[in-house]
Amino acid sequence: MRLISFIIVTFTLLFGANKAFSSPVETFEFRDEVTKIRFQALSKELRCPKCQNQNLADSNSPIAQDLRKELYELLQQGKADSEIVNFMVSRYGEFVLYRPRVSALTYVLWFGPVVLILLGIIVVIVVVRRKPVDKKNLVLSTEQQDKLKDFLNNK
Amino acid sequence: MGKLIRFLPLILVLALGVVLYRGLSLNPQDMPSALVGQTMPNFSLQTLNNSEELVTQTDLLGDIVLVNVWATWCPTCKYEHPYLVDVAKDPQVKLYGLNYKDDREAAQKWLKHYEDPYVFSIFDEEGTLGLNLGVYGAPETFVIDHHGIIRKRFAGAIDTRVWRREFEPLIAQLIEEKKQGK
Repeated sequence: MRLISFIIVTFTLLFGANKAFSSPVETFEFRDEVTKIRFQALSKELRCPKCQNQNLADSNSPIAQDLRKELYELLQQGKADSEIVNFMVSRYGEFVLYRPRVSALTYVLWFGPVVLILLGIIVVIVVVRRKPVDKKNLVLSTEQQDKLKDFLNNK
Repeated sequence: MGKLIRFLPLILVLALGVVLYRGLSLNPQDMPSALVGQTMPNFSLQTLNNSEELVTQTDLLGDIVLVNVWATWCPTCKYEHPYLVDVAKDPQVKLYGLNYKDDREAAQKWLKHYEDPYVFSIFDEEGTLGLNLGVYGAPETFVIDHHGIIRKRFAGAIDTRVWRREFEPLIAQLIEEKKQGK
């Protein structure tokens, strides 16, 4: 029992502390709840240009802090989501979007998986429907039967 | 046909290997700038050495221009500094600094200490011009042609090798374009 409570306390401390250090703490005052939710959604959708595997909400790098501030100000100015996204893309490129827009450049990205799955399905269908080997050929001829009997008898 | 199919997995694995091997030598920081082909964004900022003097995008017009984003908090900027001093000696390009989110006094001291290669440095304390340029760190260097169009953005330190590979061909091309009066 003691051991269990020890483990629980250790884990709480570990992960609790970890959380406190890893997520950036900033205080933004939003004018309403909707703006706050939009801020959270957009900062998850937008990628930090410096630390390429983190979104703006996750990252603690100076550029991510700046972009969060910019995002906040754009929201406070009453800009629409699409305007904000365009603002970021015109400066940092398509790269800044975690869900890139469908364009000639991103066709492979968007449709590649579907094409691969279809290909896989086609291959499976072809393999499954291929005619089984003729069963008649599997039956031993009388000559082979005799040989087999010979072998068995000799044993 | 049957034999070929037997080798198909091997061929696929080899192809995958080639693709992944190539990926090893790619630089993930090497991203195309959204601003290439566009004009320099508008700005009106103080110069580093003179808080009374405001400069704008028109002050960069007319020459083949390099804008180097630097700051005293950036160790790589220190590394590339001597190369920038060399670049500044080339009469065919003009090198401007963009002092990005820095402390004015520290930056002035830096330039006194290490030699100032820039015609002038734009003092962008808040990083507003940096944001409009899509800067996400320092050092970064932009090449702007004589019409004020951004032709290249390079993130990372400049040294002799990088200069030869990344900048020399473009600058030669720009000089040629300028000569032909394009």
